[in-house]
Amino acid sequence: MSVEVAHITKTFGEFRALNDVSLRIRQGELVALLGPSGSGKTTLLRILAGLEVPDDGSGGVSFHEEVVTNQPVGKRQVGFVFQHYALFRHMSVFENIAFPLRVRPRRQRPSFEEIRRRVMELLELVQLSGVGKRYPSQLSGGQRQRVALARALAVEPRVLLLDEPFGALDAQVRQELRGWLRRLHQEIHVTSVLVTHDQEEALEVADRVVVMNAGRIEQDGTPEQVFHQPASEFVMRFLGQVNVFHGRVHKGRASFEDMAFDYPHYPHDQEQRATVYMRPHELDIHRSSNGVPSLAARVERLNPAGSSAKVVLRTQQGQDLLVDMPLERFRQLGLAPGEEVFVVAKAARVFVPDIAPEYMI
Amino acid sequence: MGTASLSHEASADGATAFRVTRVVTDERPWARWLLIGVTVTFLSLFLVVPLAAVFAEAFRKGLGAYLASFRDPNALAAIRLTLLTAAIAVPANLVFGVAAAWCIAKFEFRGKSLLISLIDIPFAVSPVVSGLIYMLLFGMQGWFGPWLAERGIQVIFAVPGIVLATIFVTFPFVARELIPLMQEQGTEEEQAAVSLGASGWQTFRRVTLPNIKWALLYGVILSNARAMGEFGAVSVVSGHIRGKTNTMPLHVEILYNEYNFVAAFAVASLLALLALATLVLKTLVEWQMQRQVTEALELREET
Amino acid sequence: MRFALKRHSVLPGFGLTLGYTLLYLSLIVLLPLSALFFKSAELSMAEFWSTVTNPRVVASYKLTFGASLIAATINAVFGFAVAWTLVRYRFPGRRLLDAIVDLPFALPTAVSGIALTAIYSQHGWIGQYLEPWGVKVAFTPLGITLALTFIGLPFVVRTLQPALQDLDRETEEAAAILGANRFQTFTRVIIPVVLPALLTGFALAFARAIGEYGSVVFISGNMPMRTEIASLLIISKLEQHDTAGATAIALVMLLSSFVLLAAINGLQWYAGRRHHGLS
Repeated sequence: MSVEVAHITKTFGEFRALNDVSLRIRQGELVALLGPSGSGKTTLLRILAGLEVPDDGSGGVSFHEEVVTNQPVGKRQVGFVFQHYALFRHMSVFENIAFPLRVRPRRQRPSFEEIRRRVMELLELVQLSGVGKRYPSQLSGGQRQRVALARALAVEPRVLLLDEPFGALDAQVRQELRGWLRRLHQEIHVTSVLVTHDQEEALEVADRVVVMNAGRIEQDGTPEQVFHQPASEFVMRFLGQVNVFHGRVHKGRASFEDMAFDYPHYPHDQEQRATVYMRPHELDIHRSSNGVPSLAARVERLNPAGSSAKVVLRTQQGQDLLVDMPLERFRQLGLAPGEEVFVVAKAARVFVPDIAPEYMI
Repeated sequence: MGTASLSHEASADGATAFRVTRVVTDERPWARWLLIGVTVTFLSLFLVVPLAAVFAEAFRKGLGAYLASFRDPNALAAIRLTLLTAAIAVPANLVFGVAAAWCIAKFEFRGKSLLISLIDIPFAVSPVVSGLIYMLLFGMQGWFGPWLAERGIQVIFAVPGIVLATIFVTFPFVARELIPLMQEQGTEEEQAAVSLGASGWQTFRRVTLPNIKWALLYGVILSNARAMGEFGAVSVVSGHIRGKTNTMPLHVEILYNEYNFVAAFAVASLLALLALATLVLKTLVEWQMQRQVTEALELREET
Repeated sequence: MRFALKRHSVLPGFGLTLGYTLLYLSLIVLLPLSALFFKSAELSMAEFWSTVTNPRVVASYKLTFGASLIAATINAVFGFAVAWTLVRYRFPGRRLLDAIVDLPFALPTAVSGIALTAIYSQHGWIGQYLEPWGVKVAFTPLGITLALTFIGLPFVVRTLQPALQDLDRETEEAAAILGANRFQTFTRVIIPVVLPALLTGFALAFARAIGEYGSVVFISGNMPMRTEIASLLIISKLEQHDTAGATAIALVMLLSSFVLLAAINGLQWYAGRRHHGLS
């Protein structure tokens, strides 16, 4: 294991930021910690870096089977990219990147020439060869981000930690940098942990996504797993848009509004409340019900501007419903506002309290 | 659009800047020029005339008389004592200011705001009272006075008392400049330095110090001006022994009370030059700080 | 909840710097100040009371606080005009003028004192023109007020400048669009916003004036009951080796400074909170 976190708890005053969290990360993996603000993701990252210490008596952190819980931050050999980069504003780009090399104890300090060579290499790696002499204030946000990354890599980190690395950038630069980070990771293959509240970013960049909420890990899996097989209602809601209906399960059937379908995972006689989640892209619209389980609804609004078409409908009980369909299908249907149609679910997830979630239809 | 037009003005550092002239929120020209006129007249009559008077009185009897004032060994002793006092008091408060700002701005702990208020106390104490409290400690009727006198150590009516009173009145200057600046700068850069392997001293010297150097200098300039010019506090503890415990301001007082006006204003003119140098340096440092703030803002702005 | 004196941080040097700060603060400030309180506690209540209610002492308090109040008021008015002109208008010499505002602060008080006395005395540059009108400045309460105005000016200007700079021009424009004339905008939009800063500057100038000694002692003439300020009275008590009497007068002055300081802090806290609540 490259990184191992065992049973860590962290409280700030009365606030419990992390509650008995454990996590294992393999060598070379790129893991995203995903969650809303206050979920504990940044605290966990800072504990990995040594910027915070876990509560007394709770578990510890180890890198490559070596316990580092009490190792000071400067000795841990971690690369940390701060949310606002924390570049030294009075130093040139070159000096920023050279900093970790220059502050080493004299015996381990590389020669002047060696430092120069290493900084140049790193500048090339982050594609900023020309800007070594400039100061942070003269760079664009994306460039600053890459300087911060190069500086973190100059430590030759055992683990690279990134705190909301794209948080302060605008959408287009963000998109570019994501792809670039992914390629960079393939090139240098350093174990990396990235904190983000942007699910799209986590799903796109990471090998593994750890979804956090209220100081706990809700789910830990590949991007595909967390998106398609959410382990909890929180994960379901947090990753992507959802349509939510409150219904019930009874004797192998699930029902809500005027829709009912088979649900063999609950064969019991006792009726139970359940919540049904359907993603907009897993719904389709038909003009007739054709005996398939479906939901009668009225078309409210159409928006075909985008890579798919979005249709907002209202069910008979007055709940809004969002459907996301390919443009081709949208054109083929030729819907008009006010039209009465049937919504068919290609997939739905049913959450019954105290029972593991199941994927249905 | 109708309310704003772009006018072009050159700012002093040679760069050009655009200024938006707002028609709605500007006074009519006559009102504007009246205000400017009042301000200029008031400030020159009120501030510039006294300054000019110092030099006029000093040179009243010509350059020879002016220069002769400095041949007095007591005047030279006063200058030496003033320099010595500042040379001890300013560095002492500099070290304190940096230490206080470091623990206050970079850490969260209980009682912090109380500590900040306590540091400001000397500004609220009047100069004469500042001198008096050291009398109460080290005077012959004070707590430690008799004990020290038995051992041949004299604090009051001697140089140590003057230095202590000066340290007291200049106590908050450096800390006051540094604390808000360092609080605003936060700890991210320092955390980054530590995470990159820098030691505590390396972090301070290479990351913190360059970020606070102008504010530090600013505090030093202000405390030096006050240290060299302090009158009330020093007057209480000095004992006015000519050639021994007279600082420059005290020497001015003695000469003035002896109706030796030329000599009094001659020594005063040196202090006035010190004040002018202080103003110039202070303004230059302010420009530097302004520049640093602008750069920091640009750096923080999202691109 | 675990009791923690300090939140964890990776930065070093907390113990060292806090320890040094507390030690230095205690030795230089707290210990000497406590001496003032202990020393005055040696006086009985009756002795203390008779010292501070002695007619000469009362006259000096009246003079000190009265002249300080008038000087701070003058500064509030002229300081506002100066700060407004320096912030809002561009004219030749503005930067120079801006720098000169700090002169009373940079000029040693004794120098200000003798310079003001020289100018406003009977034959001085300005005094000679006032003399025929029967206006005497030097060696009168008027001179004291003048000196206190001189040293207090930078406090009002420097406190007001940032507040005026931060003034949002768009609110003024909004007021204009909503039909307010310039005077209404000034009294209803600008003044309320900068009032905390103006009051803070006023209080700072007032506090500074109460304790002022060097610039006043030359121009005042130091006549008991007429032009003797409290600071000077402390010094004459000390010269008569009446330490207890000096301490009693000083304690009253110190406490009034602390009350003022607390008022300033409260004002700033209030202004900060109000500003915060708006954003």
